[in-house]
Amino acid sequence: MSVRIECSGEAVTAYLDGEIDHHTAKGIREEIDAAVNTNLPTLLILDFRDVTFMDSSGIGLVMGRYKLLSPRGGELHITNTSPQIFKVMKLAGLNRLAVIDKGGRRVEIKK
Amino acid sequence: MKSKNEFKMTLDGRSSNESFARVAVAAFVSQLDPTIEELSDIKTAVSEAVTNCIVHAYKEKIGPIFITVKLFGEGLVRIKIRDKGCGIPDVKKAMEPLYTTAGGERAGLGFAVMESFMDKIHVHSTVGKGTTVSFRKQLSLRSADD
Ligand SMILES: Nc1ncnc2c1ncn2[C@@H]1O[C@H](COP(=O)(O)OP(=O)(O)OP(=O)(O)O)[C@@H](O)[C@H]1O
Ligand SMILES: [Mg+2]
Repeated sequence: MSVRIECSGEAVTAYLDGEIDHHTAKGIREEIDAAVNTNLPTLLILDFRDVTFMDSSGIGLVMGRYKLLSPRGGELHITNTSPQIFKVMKLAGLNRLAVIDKGGRRVEIKK
Repeated sequence: MKSKNEFKMTLDGRSSNESFARVAVAAFVSQLDPTIEELSDIKTAVSEAVTNCIVHAYKEKIGPIFITVKLFGEGLVRIKIRDKGCGIPDVKKAMEPLYTTAGGERAGLGFAVMESFMDKIHVHSTVGKGTTVSFRKQLSLRSADD
């Protein structure tokens, strides 16, 4: 599992690569949070294009990043989710916390 | 009903084994030619149950996780995941969505994921003795001629 971070203006994008489970979630969280705390973005984009598996540890990871961003008015976007990952996210209602798109097509809009 | 094929393993409840456990079960089930979605449903449910043994049942300790997979005729799969950990005092409550005793970054949705991705789940637990989670999934059995 690896994370590549890109910062541009107000946005931080985290490109996640590999499998997200309890074993890998902590390392991913630390890398994203370090970037968020240094750059204080108004938009955090989690790019799932290279994520091959995710379970409820990934739900916790997304919810936790939402809690980190939302008090200071930051927004969370989730992009390029595979069908397996979208299914897990939808079950958890993550589409109510973040804008999620499945490979470029935006399906839920945050209110 | 007698199973046509059976796979058993015991592995240490270390987080580094979570990936191996779900992949091993999926590889065994693959011989029934499941769809990609069915296989990822099974992987996800196994990952949830195994992670619960590691995070909740054994906590700071490393204990054994017992996994049994049985394949029956007509694409029926049964999976059992057992630990000898702390047990669950109130199973009904533990299975409610968003219920978690771990706090931190646990969503409390592991059982909700297992319930929705498998056809049937049964949890048997005794405090101080351990927990067994049993799943059942009926595969769609596509025609073999493709
Ligand atoms: N094998 C187990 N042994 C002891 N307690 C367990 C076991 N499995 C689950 N539990 C209890 O049931 C609760 C709910 O489990 P569930 O998997 O739904 O959520 P979680 O593990 O807390 O969070 P998440 O799975 O979303 O990361 C746990 O918090 C724990 O208290
Ligand atoms: Mg869990």
